[in-house]
Amino acid sequence: MSKLTMVEALNLALAQEMDRDSNVVLMGEDIGVNGGVFRVTKDLQSQFGENRVLDTPLAECGIVGTAVGMAVYGLRPVVEIQFSGFTMQAFDQIEQNMARLNNRTQGKYTVPMVLRTPYGGNIRAVEHHSESREAYWAHTPGLHVVIPSGPRNARALLAAAIRSDEPVIFYEPKAIYRAFREEVPDAPELLEIGKANVVQEGSDITIISYGATLRTCIEAAQDLEEDHNVSADVIDLLSVSPIDTETIATSVQKTGRCLIVNEGQRTCGIAAELIARINETCFEYLEAPIKRITGFDTVFPYFQVEEHFLPECEEIVSTAKSIVAWE
Amino acid sequence: MATENPSPSTANEGQEVASSKTPSAMDTTPIQLGQIEVLQILNEHGEVDEGLEPNYTNDELIDMYTSMVRARAFDKRMLTMQRQGRMGTFAPNLGQEACIAGQVYPLLKEDWYAPSYRSFGAQIMRGWPMEHLMRLWAGFHDGFPPPQDVNDMPFSIVIGSHVLPAVGIGMGMTYKNDPNCVVVNYGDGASSQGAVSEALNFAAVYKAPVVFVCENNGWAISTPTEKQASSEHFAKRGVAFDVPSIRVDGNDLFAMIKATEEATTRARNGEGPTLIEAVTYRMSLHTTADDPTVYRKDSEVEAWEKRCPLLRFELYLKSKGVIEQHDIEAIATACDEEVIEARDKFYEMDPADPTEIFDFMHIEMTEELKEQKDEYLKRLSNKGVTDE
Repeated sequence: MSKLTMVEALNLALAQEMDRDSNVVLMGEDIGVNGGVFRVTKDLQSQFGENRVLDTPLAECGIVGTAVGMAVYGLRPVVEIQFSGFTMQAFDQIEQNMARLNNRTQGKYTVPMVLRTPYGGNIRAVEHHSESREAYWAHTPGLHVVIPSGPRNARALLAAAIRSDEPVIFYEPKAIYRAFREEVPDAPELLEIGKANVVQEGSDITIISYGATLRTCIEAAQDLEEDHNVSADVIDLLSVSPIDTETIATSVQKTGRCLIVNEGQRTCGIAAELIARINETCFEYLEAPIKRITGFDTVFPYFQVEEHFLPECEEIVSTAKSIVAWE
Repeated sequence: MATENPSPSTANEGQEVASSKTPSAMDTTPIQLGQIEVLQILNEHGEVDEGLEPNYTNDELIDMYTSMVRARAFDKRMLTMQRQGRMGTFAPNLGQEACIAGQVYPLLKEDWYAPSYRSFGAQIMRGWPMEHLMRLWAGFHDGFPPPQDVNDMPFSIVIGSHVLPAVGIGMGMTYKNDPNCVVVNYGDGASSQGAVSEALNFAAVYKAPVVFVCENNGWAISTPTEKQASSEHFAKRGVAFDVPSIRVDGNDLFAMIKATEEATTRARNGEGPTLIEAVTYRMSLHTTADDPTVYRKDSEVEAWEKRCPLLRFELYLKSKGVIEQHDIEAIATACDEEVIEARDKFYEMDPADPTEIFDFMHIEMTEELKEQKDEYLKRLSNKGVTDE
C-alpha cells in the first residue's frame, strides 16, 4: 500500500497489466522515452521494451486505426491520445471500426482495446486541450466509456478496462492527475465497469457527478452538511456508458431530489441523459424538479477565464439548497 | 517489431539528434526519388513477355482463368437479381477480375485479406461461399462476418476506413513473429483519404507485412482520376513514405500475381510493405444505384473493352494450346451453373431475424440494452412479428 497520485496509479495499472499479459501493448505519441506528456507511461518503455511501448507517428486516426487491427489480431492495445481534444482526428476509426467491428462481424472479431485520454479543463492550456466530450462516445453504440475520479478507482478501472474484451474509452480527469494522493494497494484491484459508486450517503438530495467535478461535489456536500443541515447522497458515476441507472434510481427514489454536475457542454450531455432516466424511473418519487450544473454550450473558454466556466462549489451548494427548499 | 524512428535525413546518421536540425548539418545533395517500375507480362493482344512468362501447369492456368470467369458470372447474376428486386444495391467488379484474382492468388490461408467492397471475385477465392456473399449484399447481417475459417476482414463501406486496421493486423503479425502477411485493397478515390496516407506511413515506420493494392479503376463514382489527383500515377504515393511501389497492368493476371508474390515475399521476410498500383477500369456501374451514362462516354468504355482481362487470357491459353473455344464455353456454362446453384441456396436460406439487432453490440449485453431489447420485442409482438 502506498499513497499515489492518479498519474502514478495509472502507471501502476499499466505496468501490472503489461507484466501479467504479454499481449498488452501501449501506443501513443511521446509515450516512450518521454513517458507521455503527463508521464502516465513513465519508465514503461525501458521496463518492457520498444516493441511493447510504441512511440507512434503523430496521427491520432492512424494510432486508433492500427490499434483496432492489432486488437483484431489478438493483442490488447492501450492507446494514449495526448489530449481528448485530439481524439476528433480519430473519430472516423472510433466510429467505423473500434465501436462496430464486433457487431459487424457478429462477434467473430472483438476489439479488446482501450483508448486512454486526458480530458477536462482547469489546467490553463491552449485551445483544444480542455474538452469534455464524453457525451460523443456515450452516444456511440458499441463503446464503454469510463471516467475515474481518484487514484484508487483510476487504477482499478484501468486494469478492468484492459482486461475487458470490449472497446473502452478511458477518460482521465487531468485536472486532478496530481491534485491529491490516495492509498492504493500493491496487489491488483479491479472495479466492475458500468457500476456507480455511492461516495457518501444522505437523505435530502442526490448529487451525481464524475471525474474532476466529483471532488467539487464532495466538497459541496460537506458544506451542505456542516453549514446548511442538508445531507446528500453523492454518486460517482465512474462510467457514462453504460450508466448505472439502478444505483441512481435507488438513491433518487430515497431522496426525491437530484442535482447533476458535469463540466461537459449542456445540450445532449450526460446530465440530460441522467434527467431522462430519472424521469423514466423516479417520476412519482420526485419532490422537486431535477437541476443540472454543466458546462455551457460554448467552446471551452480561453484559459484566462476558464475558472468561470467550470462548476464551482458555491453554486453547487446554493443550487442544492434551492432544490431542497422547493415546494 | 521495428520501432526505430525514421531519421529525417540519412546524412546525419550517428550524430546527435539536435545536430540534425542545425543548418550546417543540412545535406544539400539533391534527393533522388528514383524510378517506379511498370509491369506488364500479358498484353491486351494476348502476347506474353517471354522473359517474364510464368511457368504454370495447364491445370493451374485453367483454374486461374475459371476464377475470373466465375467472378464475372457472379457479377452478371447479381445484376439480374438486383434488377428483379431480389438483391440489394451492390458494386459490380466487371472488368477488374484479373486485378482482384491476382492480388489474392499468392495468399496462404493464414494470411489476411482486407478488401474494399468491389472484391467479391477475391472473396470467393478466399473461401466465401457465393450464397454468403449474396446474403451480404441482400442486407442480411449474417452475410457480413467472414466465414469461420477465413482470415478476412469484413469489407469497408466508408471509403478507406479499412486500411489502417489492415496495417494494425500486420503490426500484430510482426509482434507475434508470425510469418504471414496482409493484402489490403482500395481505390483511386480512397487514395485521397488522409487515413490511407497514415496507413502507408505506419506500415513503413513499423515495417508491417502489408501489401497495399491501389486499384486505379479510373473512376470514383462520377469523379475521374484527373479530378481526384494531380498525378494519375498513384504508385508515386508510396515513394514519399519509403514504401517500395510498382505500377502494374491490373488487367494482366500474370503481372498482378507476380507483383503480389514479390510483395508478399518481401513482407514475409520482414522487409515491410509494398504498394501496387493496379491500373484497371470499372467497366460497369459504381453500384446498381448509379448511371454512368450521365458522366462518361461510351467510347471510353469501348476502348477498355479491348483490354478485357478475360479476353487476353483466353487468347493466351488458346495460343498455348491449353484450351479451345469449346472449353471456354464449357467453363462459362459450369460457372453459370455454380452461381445459379448458390442463388438457389440463397433463396432457401432463413429470413432475417429482427430480434438480433442488440445481440452483438457488446460481448455481454448491458442492462440498458436488455431493457431496450425488451421494448423492441414488445413492438415486434404488437406488429405481429414473431421472435423466431
